[in-house]
Amino acid sequence: MTDSPPTTKLPAQSPPVDPAETEAAGHRAAAAPAGAGRLSWWHGDGGEGAKRNLALIGVLLVLFVIGAATRSDLYANPDWVWANMLSILKLASVVGVVTVGMTFVIIGGGIDLSVGAIVALAGVWCTTVATQSFGAGGMIFTAIVVGIAVGLVNGALIAYGRLVPFIATLAMLVAARGLAAEISDKQTQISQSSVINGIASNDLLGIPLLVYILALVVAGGWVLLNRTTFGRRTVAVGGNPEAARLAGINVKRHTLLLYALSGLCCGIAAIMLTAQATSAQAAMANLYELDAIAAVIIGGTLLSGGRGTIIGSLLGVIIFATITNLFAINGLSTEAQNMVKGGIIVAAVLIQQIQFGSLSQFFRRNRMTTS
Amino acid sequence: MTQHSRRRLLFGGAAIGTGVLLAACTSNEQQTPTEAQTKAADGGGNAEPGKQVTIGFSAPAADHGWIAAITNNAKAQAGAYSDVEFKTVEAGADAAAQRAALSTLISQKPDVIVLLPHDGKELNSFGLEAMQAGIPVVNLDRAFPDAKAYRLQIKGDNYGMGVAAATFIVEQLKAKGVSNPVIAEIAGIDSLELTQERTQGFNDTLAQHGFKVANRRAAEFTVDSGQREASQLLQALPKIDAIWNHDDDQGIGVLAAFSQANRSEFFMVGGAGSKKAMEDIQADNTVLKATVTYSPSMASSAISLARLIGQDRGMSDLVELQVPKEIVLASETITKENASNYLKLGF
Repeated sequence: MTDSPPTTKLPAQSPPVDPAETEAAGHRAAAAPAGAGRLSWWHGDGGEGAKRNLALIGVLLVLFVIGAATRSDLYANPDWVWANMLSILKLASVVGVVTVGMTFVIIGGGIDLSVGAIVALAGVWCTTVATQSFGAGGMIFTAIVVGIAVGLVNGALIAYGRLVPFIATLAMLVAARGLAAEISDKQTQISQSSVINGIASNDLLGIPLLVYILALVVAGGWVLLNRTTFGRRTVAVGGNPEAARLAGINVKRHTLLLYALSGLCCGIAAIMLTAQATSAQAAMANLYELDAIAAVIIGGTLLSGGRGTIIGSLLGVIIFATITNLFAINGLSTEAQNMVKGGIIVAAVLIQQIQFGSLSQFFRRNRMTTS
Repeated sequence: MTQHSRRRLLFGGAAIGTGVLLAACTSNEQQTPTEAQTKAADGGGNAEPGKQVTIGFSAPAADHGWIAAITNNAKAQAGAYSDVEFKTVEAGADAAAQRAALSTLISQKPDVIVLLPHDGKELNSFGLEAMQAGIPVVNLDRAFPDAKAYRLQIKGDNYGMGVAAATFIVEQLKAKGVSNPVIAEIAGIDSLELTQERTQGFNDTLAQHGFKVANRRAAEFTVDSGQREASQLLQALPKIDAIWNHDDDQGIGVLAAFSQANRSEFFMVGGAGSKKAMEDIQADNTVLKATVTYSPSMASSAISLARLIGQDRGMSDLVELQVPKEIVLASETITKENASNYLKLGF
């Protein structure tokens, strides 16, 4: 993307930098190959995620400008613009919570295809007549415990049963939806709890409760990934499980916990989605697994594990929600919307492969091989 | 060590307790299958017991209310006849799975097959095969393109649903004197032919009166997709006069989106005719003022007619000695005034 030359040649050309900044960057650059010299934080490895996130924010701004240009009548009203932003965040909230769990699983070297099915199962389970008789507390408890329990089954199959994550969670996708259909007897179950339904309809200080829940889960995920041993172990397990094992990490137990964490996020999402729809059914949260994986990927998390950011994933979810919103306010068809989404996923992965800063090198190499 | 095992015991006990509690939480009130949607098997005419008939039945695995009601109705109607043996096979996830299931059904030599195909075009050749083998096929709702592929076709009127919804909306708007109305539409799964037919009927009828749809979103017949698309529709149109939502099941989510956004300046027409929608219309406390029917009671009728075909009898109220070849149900409009008549048909 940028025109900066390869990082190894940087010190010779870089202008004088603030000593404090170099000091901070020194720690990060310490891991770089010998001879790399001292890099500024921005040009060093640490800026990689931040740069990608800035690019995603740029994409969001572009989408905003497109919206303002195509529906200038709506965007002329600041009240509408604010309400629309909140509407986008609400739209992103449920998938956003699922995506936080998915980010951990993918950084840890796995994948969870069963998230949509877990959301549906937890939603259906927490809206049965028997559960609803326990009130809102019972419903929340049930959804979260079901989510964690299914996640633990996934994790146990993968960590101790040695199943490939793709297959174990694919099987769970089918089975959990089947169980949800069995429990609900294929009917739509209406939530009678005003507390649960209020989660989607109530605001606090002008901001919907759903947005607070998303913010809390994202903040919790960020702290867990970046400021705790659990987070560092996740990166280690995803980056090189054998090295992680030799370093004394209980890789199996950690894998188990990662899928339980994903299940927990699905349980929270199930409550949010049930509140939004004021009901639950076995077919709901359809294809959430693909939405979540797509958001994680365009957020810059490596599908092979070992690297990724929570904020990037969140931005990915918001970008998809903004696209849905953009197509809705312009009255365009869902098919066109899906094609654009597909294009964005491919573009994001291509950029990820090329990597920032080496674009010019990439083109030079290509020219040589094609001529 | 003891500390450790005690903690384990505690966790284990809590886990088992939670499991027992959760298992208890799966119970739902048993949905008694719709007595009213079956035709009582007494009272002379066609109801008189005839020769024993075996009816084979196949419909897609239900993941939403309407299809579930189809299967339940068929089962309940068959149970109401002493001379009908009912054999059902799950149709699985797609047309190929349904074809495989149907071939096991044929080997059981039923007298008649009642079939709601995943896709009428894809299962057309099965209809031909069964008919050639001498087993009459009753096609339920999703038409075979080939007339030789079925003995009887009974289906709802998707185009007519659109017409009925648009007619109601036009009447209401004209009565209110709205000159340039903003009309919105929330469709079901867009790739299905039935969705396109419904939209076609809606657009054609609106166009006759010089109206058109301002914005249209396609949901997926599920409550959460209904909520999602409705909330975006509200963002696109700051003021709306009328909305048609194709499906009452997804309508639960659509209505939730309206109340979450505090919007009620418009009225809505539903589709299909679920019990919940009829109750809402009767109570008259939401924006839902009418729904146009696409009743799953057609499954009960299909079983009754399949029995007559198997017994080589006609419909006792008609002159013909055999059951007709094609029946298209009319799409009716349910409003506050007539909702009580239809409530027994709600699913």
